[in-house]
Amino acid sequence: MNDVLDVALRLVIVFAVFMVVPLVVGQAEHKVMGHMQGRLGPMHAGGFHGWAQLVADGVKFAQKEDVVPANADRRIFQLAPAVSLLPYLLVVLVIPVGRGEGAVGQAVDAGVFFVLAVMGVGVLGSLMAGWASANKFSLLGGLRTAAQLLAYELPMLLAAASVAMAAGTVSLHGILDAFQWWWLPWQIVGALVFFVAGLAELQRPPFDMPVADSEIIFGAYTEYTGLRFALFLLAEYAGIVVLCGLTTVLFLGGWHGPFGGDGAGWVWTLLKTAVLAFVVIWLRVSYPRLREDQLQKLAWTVLIPLALAQIALTGIVKVAIS
Amino acid sequence: MNGAATTLISATATATAPEAAGPGFLSPAGVEIAFVLVGLVTLGAALVTVTTRQLVHAALWLVVALGGLAVEYLLLTAEFIAWVQVLIYVGSVVVLLLFGLMLTKAPIGRSPDADSGNRPAALAVAAVSAVCLVWVVVDAFRTTWIDLDGPAQGSTEVSGQFLFRNWVLPFEALSVLLLAALVGAIVLSRKNSGDKEQR
Repeated sequence: MNDVLDVALRLVIVFAVFMVVPLVVGQAEHKVMGHMQGRLGPMHAGGFHGWAQLVADGVKFAQKEDVVPANADRRIFQLAPAVSLLPYLLVVLVIPVGRGEGAVGQAVDAGVFFVLAVMGVGVLGSLMAGWASANKFSLLGGLRTAAQLLAYELPMLLAAASVAMAAGTVSLHGILDAFQWWWLPWQIVGALVFFVAGLAELQRPPFDMPVADSEIIFGAYTEYTGLRFALFLLAEYAGIVVLCGLTTVLFLGGWHGPFGGDGAGWVWTLLKTAVLAFVVIWLRVSYPRLREDQLQKLAWTVLIPLALAQIALTGIVKVAIS
Repeated sequence: MNGAATTLISATATATAPEAAGPGFLSPAGVEIAFVLVGLVTLGAALVTVTTRQLVHAALWLVVALGGLAVEYLLLTAEFIAWVQVLIYVGSVVVLLLFGLMLTKAPIGRSPDADSGNRPAALAVAAVSAVCLVWVVVDAFRTTWIDLDGPAQGSTEVSGQFLFRNWVLPFEALSVLLLAALVGAIVLSRKNSGDKEQR
């Protein structure tokens, strides 16, 4: 009975985190962008600092009619938002927040592989949406999504493999247990590659060519309205949370912190994740969008060689110190 | 890949499983029932993949089939191979397939030319290869049982040690094969662009 209760409690907590934290990131994006770009709109609703803007957005999405285009492939069109959102829920389940077995939804032996594999599945949702909408803009968006995924999956994997080599394990817990502070300078190139490739996989600016709203409307999501569109947006923010959490766990030492001891481990994880999420938003405000050929060039000629160099460096140092 | 993976798992199992007679077929455990059910779903999805007239649906059913296979690996305690299956096949191969289908403007609804006259021949080849594979697997692992309660036999560590201690040479040979395929792809694509320039 206790086991059942334990599992149920963990699932409820993970689900609550999954529902709340992406919304917090969304709210933070409103405010940070509002400040950085001197916008008045996001600061208005509800009075103090525009706190009710997110609520208003939610109400707006819930009120809109759920339209499926006449020529669309109905079932796949409706299934796509779920396919793009659910994988992130599974990933949140395995990210360790603090030290020990208690601070994770479900410990997975091959954690790094699980996380990367499941994150790749989420992109299928965008592809399904792009094809099933029967819209040329959507199709273009889907094509760009696929091209981007194929280009950026490899550097992400290689960078993660470098950390796994350094720790000698592919479990997220094991990597955190083996972490030392000097891994930060040692793996810094891998961390940058991982973070940039992750941004590209999430199609966040400056890598938002697949959803470029000023030229192909909103790519694969052009035909979506109401709650289904909101689910795609939620998937994007959940993706930010997952990417920042993973970068924290793999490269920044997760619950390790300069002070505070064991009890404060989860605070360090959340703090690092939040700082990274802020960087993601910051990048959106400060960089122009990369063109499609620049995107591909960056992946194949910069990130992959850098990731390979990082793996070589990891191997050399690993052999030298053992 | 799948055949090799199965061999790897079962070989690990033979290496560690006790010699005692396994449980009988008539009193299946929960895991065995789940294994059979997932297998049926996988088989069904695979059949739909090759019979449906809608190209993109075929690709999506392929996702179901490959995912079902990953679940089967999980049930056989081969966690690492299961996630690699998802990463490579569902995450990359199917995305590449969908990319190709979108480039060729796969229509929504039925494709009239999705069927070819080779259907009987394809059926025969599929049946023969299926019989061969099933026969090999059944004959090789007839009395092998995986001890689910003991330490995981398909964990990353065990698979890695087995692969790089007992099967290093085949592994390296495979990587040379992949390298050859890569070089071949580059050669092919270079030839095409040269032709265009001459025109």
